[in-house]
Amino acid sequence: MPIQYYIYFCLALFSIGVVGVLTRRNAIIVFMCIELMLNAVNLLLVAFSKMYNGLAVQNGVANTAGIDAQIFVFFIMVVAAAEVSIGLAIIVMMYRNTHSIDINFLNRLKN
Amino acid sequence: MNAIIVSTLLGVIMMFCSWGIKSQQVQKNIALIGLFILIIANLAQSSGWYVVDYDTKGMLTYSIFGLYANTLLFALTFIYVWINGEEIAKINNTSADFYSLFFFILCGISVLTSFDNLLMLFLGIEILSIPLYILTGADKKNMFSNEAALKYFLMGSFSTGILLLGITFIYGATGSFHLTAPVVSISTGFAQEQILLSTGLILLFAAMNFKVSAAPFHFWTPDVYDGAPTVFTSFMATIAKAAGFIAFINVFNTQYKALGYSWTLLLTFVILSTLLVGNIIAVFQRSVKRMLAYSSIAQAGFMLFALYGKSEISNESILLYAVVYSIATIGIFAVLVKMKENSFEAFNGLGKAHPLLAFATTVFLFSLAGIPLTGGFFAKYYMLSALLKAGAGLWLVLVAVVFAAISIYYYFKIIQAMYFTAGVPAINPLPNQYKYQLLTLAILLLVLGVFPNLLLNYLYF
Repeated sequence: MPIQYYIYFCLALFSIGVVGVLTRRNAIIVFMCIELMLNAVNLLLVAFSKMYNGLAVQNGVANTAGIDAQIFVFFIMVVAAAEVSIGLAIIVMMYRNTHSIDINFLNRLKN
Repeated sequence: MNAIIVSTLLGVIMMFCSWGIKSQQVQKNIALIGLFILIIANLAQSSGWYVVDYDTKGMLTYSIFGLYANTLLFALTFIYVWINGEEIAKINNTSADFYSLFFFILCGISVLTSFDNLLMLFLGIEILSIPLYILTGADKKNMFSNEAALKYFLMGSFSTGILLLGITFIYGATGSFHLTAPVVSISTGFAQEQILLSTGLILLFAAMNFKVSAAPFHFWTPDVYDGAPTVFTSFMATIAKAAGFIAFINVFNTQYKALGYSWTLLLTFVILSTLLVGNIIAVFQRSVKRMLAYSSIAQAGFMLFALYGKSEISNESILLYAVVYSIATIGIFAVLVKMKENSFEAFNGLGKAHPLLAFATTVFLFSLAGIPLTGGFFAKYYMLSALLKAGAGLWLVLVAVVFAAISIYYYFKIIQAMYFTAGVPAINPLPNQYKYQLLTLAILLLVLGVFPNLLLNYLYF
């Protein structure tokens, strides 16, 4: 399959994530949309990695080409997990004080 | 390498201190000793002594600029902890937790000053940001702190997503995460590499702008700075931000060339809108803390000038600017922390009640505004001369000077309240030692205002 298909598919996933962050009101769902954005990026990285690997094999160069992108994916997953732990802690802290996880709560500081 | 290893170890040690040692004063002293060790370890690396001599396969490179930036930022953290230790202790009954977070942030900073690979850029930014989310929400019972933390967290991870998409596009176009990779080495079978590369760089640029709070990506800054506990706002607005700028320079001095002419256009737009938004909105603020948040946006506009062209003087100017701005901002926040409220009226009559404190505050504000004889003047002067050397138009320099003049208005509102408005200042009782600490900072600024080379000469050893 041409790489363009992967690019368009990942961009679509990423855009769904962005739209979700901008429109949803529930903190947990906003959070899930951010995860969706990160996973779209992961998918694209793997696709690019395979593309470069395939090209290198075709040209008879070393077949480890493109491996750094796959390692990057693992780093993104680990960092995303660390972020989730902090994010959920913050949401729980807010829930204890306000008994709600609505983002509309976030406009007190404006005035 | 030394700084990364030692700061992580010290962070872990501080974490254990929080249940081994009960006295806040001892915890603060341990943190200060740790910071001192960190500075020594980093200086040792500059002279060729390594804790672990490890080949990072081009992930990290150590330049004199990066190492010296490390030293300066660690020294600023030392000053910050030395002055604000007692205030940090008031937020929670174990301040060692916060100190360990500071050490982890410093680890992120030392990655950001030395990365040579976009993976390390991503890791550095995350190591820097994740502890900052926690520090923002440190005041657990305070609704404003909660709100600021959630907002900062959601916006921060959103911008991380954008950063990652940018990095992925750059990888897709070049086949490498290295900063200095040759553009498009092998034919990839699809023709849009150039579009992919430009889009990737623009997304990366947007995400980095977000991290250093430049307009039009500044909207989170006032709310987060306002809601976070004042001591931690002081840290976020100074040391963390300066590290963001050094990372920004590291990426874009090597990568932006792919964008060519449009890069200058984009950067000019961002700088002008940052200066405009920061300075104009700051004029209308009634809370000093919020005014300082906008002023930090405006100062970010000035620091972005260092990106305009790569030269010796732009490296010098970003270091001088970061240090001078950080000292002045740490000082003014240290005064604000002792105020009972954040309004301008709280400062009324401070000149009569605490002449020493008022003098120090005046020096900080002069320096932020860029009045001669304080460090801020030379910082702005170096920045603008770097700009001219990079071949920018004279009109840009004139616009910058006009905005610096506008900033005098809102900084001087505090000075006017202190000296020319009668009243009783709403200030908590101050220990004498605290006044002398702030006076030391003010003297440091005055010395840098006369001999800026004291700071810059070390770049060439």
